[in-house]
Amino acid sequence: MSLRITNARLIDPASGRDAMGDVLIEKGRIAALDGDARAARAERTLDAAGRVVAPGLVDLAARLREPGEEYKATLESEMDAAVAGGVTSLACPPDTDPPLDEPGLVDMLRRRARALARARLYPIGALTVKLQGETLTEMGELSESGCVAFSQANVPLQDTQMLWRALQYAGSFGFAVWLRPAEPWLSRGGVAHDGEVATRLGLPGIPSFAETIAICTILEIVRATGTRVHLCRLSSEAGVAMVRAAKREGLPVSCDVGVHHLHLCDIDIGYFDSLCRLDPPLRAQRDREALSAGVADGTIDCVCSDHTPVDEDAKHQPFSEAAPGATGLELLLPLMLRWGAMRKRPLAQTLARISCDPARILGVRSGRIEIGAPGDLVMFDPEGSVRLTPDALKSQGKNTPFLGYELPGQVHATIVAGKVVYERE
Amino acid sequence: MQRNPQLNRNGELQHLLSIDGLPREVIERVLATADSFIGVTEREVKKVPLLRGKSVFNLFFEPSTRTRTTFEIAAKRLSADVINLNIAVSSQSKGESLLDTVANLSAMQADIFVVRHGSAGAPYLIARHVKPHEHVINAGDGRHAHPTQGLLDLYTLRHYKKDFTQLTVAIVGDVLHSRVARSLIHGLTTLGTPEVRVIGPQTLMPAGVEALGVHVYRDMREGLRDCDAVVMLRLQNERMRGALLPSAQEFFKHYGLTADKLAAAKPDVIVMHPGPMNRGVEIDSSVADGPHSVILPQVTFGIAVRMAVMSMVAGVSA
Repeated sequence: MSLRITNARLIDPASGRDAMGDVLIEKGRIAALDGDARAARAERTLDAAGRVVAPGLVDLAARLREPGEEYKATLESEMDAAVAGGVTSLACPPDTDPPLDEPGLVDMLRRRARALARARLYPIGALTVKLQGETLTEMGELSESGCVAFSQANVPLQDTQMLWRALQYAGSFGFAVWLRPAEPWLSRGGVAHDGEVATRLGLPGIPSFAETIAICTILEIVRATGTRVHLCRLSSEAGVAMVRAAKREGLPVSCDVGVHHLHLCDIDIGYFDSLCRLDPPLRAQRDREALSAGVADGTIDCVCSDHTPVDEDAKHQPFSEAAPGATGLELLLPLMLRWGAMRKRPLAQTLARISCDPARILGVRSGRIEIGAPGDLVMFDPEGSVRLTPDALKSQGKNTPFLGYELPGQVHATIVAGKVVYERE
Repeated sequence: MQRNPQLNRNGELQHLLSIDGLPREVIERVLATADSFIGVTEREVKKVPLLRGKSVFNLFFEPSTRTRTTFEIAAKRLSADVINLNIAVSSQSKGESLLDTVANLSAMQADIFVVRHGSAGAPYLIARHVKPHEHVINAGDGRHAHPTQGLLDLYTLRHYKKDFTQLTVAIVGDVLHSRVARSLIHGLTTLGTPEVRVIGPQTLMPAGVEALGVHVYRDMREGLRDCDAVVMLRLQNERMRGALLPSAQEFFKHYGLTADKLAAAKPDVIVMHPGPMNRGVEIDSSVADGPHSVILPQVTFGIAVRMAVMSMVAGVSA
């Protein structure tokens, strides 16, 4: 099977290339570019005139709700959403029911995903059994069954000795640990950033130092163990500053931010809009600016969707009782394009944060357009805008604060391993 | 951001959800309308037919006797039919969702929902889902707002002190958990009160409270200096001992209102309290029952203010 794409504005963020060209995929991998691709024979040719062709997006956090929470979403619906959003590789956190703490579960999940033949799935294994923070999981076994890193998802590890041991153990085998920095006692009961908006609305707050204290603890243990840690979903200005200093020091840390946090802040909660209840909470305007600057200067390595489909009833609740999270797989590209346009960044640099940069953290060769790389591509119209409606979303979760918005970036086709897995009618 | 959900397209009161965001004219109209109902409450036949044939549903998701009773009296004096629902012990405990409960009651032809709920914003959620002819009055939601209490506090202040633009008002105690404090602060700042103070330890102050337009005092005597009015807040039992405060006794020592501390205020200072009071915790009996106290008149004014709000949202006030 071979596929050729012609007349494309071909962008490879890893090399900075942004020029017209052709690409040929054979046996699932990129086989030729430009003149060579034009000269080769292919079974199918896609004409990409007027469109951008870039590496398929790599998303470090997408909840697919399987196993155990199929009433919120299914692997099928969310994989459809992924490819409709141009996402060709995604990592799923272990907070399923039961959590991904046994090789059998991971194996089954990967097999189901492979059978669906849409985006590539990279499971993140649970760091502790049932995410309870008491017993280490069999990381070696989990790694063999396909886990690419280990994490507590949004469930904080309260016991710092356990955290120390977990990092020591994971580091012994070269596994990376992904941690959401949130000090559990300070986060307890809070539903919004502890600031003026929460005070005005009478919502229990989570102070920014719930994040920085956790980062401080994690960094000290990284200093002691040398284990590679990826910090998930930064939310505060002070948190970004700490990661910047840690990187300057040479610590093996990386971090990401959820794409909603680049656009929204606590003011957007307005009159208790439960769609803006996120975890971590939307913080103040200056935090949003610092996160945005952190993504621009590379302190924040990449941006993820933090895709969290929630059923409608769970959002039709008073703010404090509503389930946190937003649907994101189909918003990652549009919201990143919007962010890039606001900051006047070249398209290649914007796309890097959702392709080659997260691929580097996953340790995979996706996210770039070069000979031999996986044949995962997205074709989109950077000018054409889409009006976001519940019907337009393939995800079972319709929970997004951006409903009704006109957003840039209409995806026309998504290709995984040389197969067209999504094509806009 | 959504449109202010309390006002209809003509800028009139559709629901009363919070004093935050209410225009000054609307607040002044409530106070003026309440004036006209004070007469009614003093008559022998304490009824006017403004809400005859209308149904007022008291929806209390949190237990309350006092507030529910004053709403009930206010509705009855307007000749409405009143239905009291103590949801804390009924459908919600059977797992029915908030919006299902409201949809069911709406099918029983409600005109006004008076809602108290433990979660901030619950009345907003209800207001977004009721029919256009149905009105929601917030009777207290979490820590967020208790607008009719705030309005009756404003009414009381206006009754005794006349001009808001000359006042210094101190609010004392547990501001962090207090919807009463938030509502009063918004009301006072909207009406142009130049000096609003909050007094209490840092454990009982919400983050960035200064942004609401108040000055924070830790020392009570300093905070009470030259005040025209002192509003004491109720301290909940479960907060008297724990991470927020070591003991009720120590709280009383620093922040309990005694005649001695009150001497720092102006000679004609008035003392208010939303009730129910904890004597010996936030207020000394000699002050609660003393010449400066207007705590009982507050209750009387509260009925007239709630009559005013109900008639205004129903669009039947003169």
